Amino acid sequence: MTTPSVTRPKPDFQSQVNDVKRETVSLHISSSPHIRHGESVRGIMLWVIAALIPSLIASVIFFGFQALFLTSVSVISAVLAEWLISHLLKRPSSTGDFSAVVTGLLLAYNVSPLLPWWMVAIGSVFAIGVAKMAFGGLGGNFINPALAGRAFLMASYPAAMTSWKATGFGSLSGIDGITSATPLEYFKSGFSGENISELQNALGNLFIGNVGGCIGETSVIALLIGAMLLWYKKIIGFRIPLFYIGTVFFLFWIFNGSGDVFSSRALTIPLYQILSGGLMLGALFMATDMVTSPITPTGKIIFALGCGILTFVIRKFGGYPEGVSYSILLMNLFVPHIERYTKPRIYGEVKKRD
Amino acid sequence: MFKKCTFKGGVHPPHNKNRTEKLPIEIFPAPEKVIIPLSQHIGAPAKPVVKRGDYVTVGQMIGEASGFISVPIHSSVSGKILSVAPFPHPLGKQVMAVEIENDGKDEKAAYKSSENPWREIAPGELIQRIQSAGIVGMGGASFPAHVKLSPPSNKPVDTLIINGAECEPYLTADHRLMLERTEDLLIGVLILKKILNAKRCYIGIEENKPYAISAVKTAIKKNHYDKIKLVILRAKYPQGGEKQLIDAITGRNVPSGGLPMDCGCVVQNVGTTIAVRDAIIDGHPLYQRVVTVTGPAVGSPKNLLVRTGTPMKYLLEACQTDMEATKKVIMGGPMMGLAQTHTDVPVIKSTSGILAYNKTTPGIREYPCINCGRCIQACPINLVPSRLAKFVERKKIDEAVEWNLMDCIECGSCTFICPSKINLVHFIKLGKVHIQAKRAAAASKKQ
Repeated sequence: MTTPSVTRPKPDFQSQVNDVKRETVSLHISSSPHIRHGESVRGIMLWVIAALIPSLIASVIFFGFQALFLTSVSVISAVLAEWLISHLLKRPSSTGDFSAVVTGLLLAYNVSPLLPWWMVAIGSVFAIGVAKMAFGGLGGNFINPALAGRAFLMASYPAAMTSWKATGFGSLSGIDGITSATPLEYFKSGFSGENISELQNALGNLFIGNVGGCIGETSVIALLIGAMLLWYKKIIGFRIPLFYIGTVFFLFWIFNGSGDVFSSRALTIPLYQILSGGLMLGALFMATDMVTSPITPTGKIIFALGCGILTFVIRKFGGYPEGVSYSILLMNLFVPHIERYTKPRIYGEVKKRD
Repeated sequence: MFKKCTFKGGVHPPHNKNRTEKLPIEIFPAPEKVIIPLSQHIGAPAKPVVKRGDYVTVGQMIGEASGFISVPIHSSVSGKILSVAPFPHPLGKQVMAVEIENDGKDEKAAYKSSENPWREIAPGELIQRIQSAGIVGMGGASFPAHVKLSPPSNKPVDTLIINGAECEPYLTADHRLMLERTEDLLIGVLILKKILNAKRCYIGIEENKPYAISAVKTAIKKNHYDKIKLVILRAKYPQGGEKQLIDAITGRNVPSGGLPMDCGCVVQNVGTTIAVRDAIIDGHPLYQRVVTVTGPAVGSPKNLLVRTGTPMKYLLEACQTDMEATKKVIMGGPMMGLAQTHTDVPVIKSTSGILAYNKTTPGIREYPCINCGRCIQACPINLVPSRLAKFVERKKIDEAVEWNLMDCIECGSCTFICPSKINLVHFIKLGKVHIQAKRAAAASKKQ
């Protein structure tokens, strides 16, 4: 140890009196920890928005500027609705956390590019007002607001919600006209079980998004790029997307309608299924919504399995060609129960004796 | 070459050790007056054995242990006792303390320095001397050292772990001790090993202290202490938590509600180990310790060897702290340290650091919980902190117990990482108070 280099404090009573006076002024008291990580709710929402941009670009490429216009309407009405409601409820405005922008984007991604703009606006207001703000705003909602908005629009304007635009680069083979069928509608009504090559030929277009469908759901590659970003930022985990998509793939592979699981048909059908419709958008961006999915790691897996099974059941046996949004909405309702039964095993857990 | 060990969970706060890690320990002169609290440990406070007007010498006992889980308190200066009265304590409350005026002579008590070499002293006698020297865990929890060293016969201890992780940001006191008193540390380790008759013995150091690692490695090699194994740990908070350290090094888990000895381990901090060596070899009781004085408001941060009872303000002044600009003073590290109401409070046996900040805690605005699960990933115990906080907020005490609230080690990782800036660990601490009150009420009803 080194020699003393610090001078001895002097016993000066006057200075001690001054010290007391000065120190009564203020030292901030708070519970530990006294430092925080830089990440914020707002930061998370901004990353989600950034991750949704590639899909927006893809939608403009395939569906034209109408897609961008509808998306803008949806976002603006979501933010305005949130601002107005918090203003009316005399609560601090929560628009600064950008969660309303995320809801607006996701709702637009879930509607047809041909939908009239005022319908999108109504859906957006419903999503924010009823599904989110009525339950206490961000963190209080138990179902995904954007999906609730979509379900509301499906119930109110079923025809408008299911007229599709053919993409700018031609449509899926065998289907013509301005109004095109989605790949899943084709699978449900146009696919006879024999023309398997049609499905195989469509896989490339499905991957890049050159097919009919909702604004943000068609381009698998764009969605994957965004999801990689969120995965890298640890905003979404691998559990929900992997188990959701995996379950759908697995079930369509086993129940491919031919009884043979090693034929090319057996592999084409599940691949076609996971690349079509809203599955990628739903599994990567909607089922992974933090607020409405289970917080426990095991819970996330159960939740994703449930979503996958429901999606399969609706697509295979249901009246609708598509089942992603209803599957997620239904599973959202089970989240509290799933969380209750998936308490993580803690460090040093002692087994209870019965 | 070395496998870097770690545990599940944890966070990575910025280390902020660079300002003091290379500064040798300086001796801080004893101040004119010290205020020595009679409670500087977990357990029953010491009973005062001196009164106003008495003359005491350095190292003289001024408070005696009152029970097994208690240790004596010693004077850190020589001089006259001004008063035995309640004084503000760094842990918050007013606590009985002995105020001593330093006569500057530094007269030492007649130490009973060991006539025998320590290897010939029986373990029981060694434990006795450790308690008489007033040694407590110096990493922050201040649990009496002799209690940890006396496991009951039904709990055999086979592993001794020396905690050199120092995972709290800013603090470098243990780091400097490992560098400057390496040989003494190893002798302390051998003494502890003899007491426990431990088969295995590890020193765990975080990878961000390469100089300490190489110093300890060299000293082990030079002295052929083959039984002491050096373990390099990943730099992650709370690596220095007792349970996390045991998990990282041995892979064992301390059973819920139990002590390290329930899984055959005893953990002692580096500072404690050196204090044990000083008590056994030199007969020194514990009346001084190394304190890192640092933080954004401190102009010239230092590692200081300080007498217990020294008011913090002297240390802050000696390190050129801008007191006008100081908004927050913390005893300990920024993750688990305690914010102080004023700087008259004294340094105690567990004061590993004093931090002065020129601003208040950032991120004051709380957002609602968005269920992101960051707190679960960060929790080294694998609890669900956000849920526990909600239970406590809604006064659902039974659910909180069911979800293992009592197992929280209060490391603060959940709160550090929370993007909504919710002080989760604060709710959990509050929940512990509620649960204990409820249990106490239930116990009194039964009687």
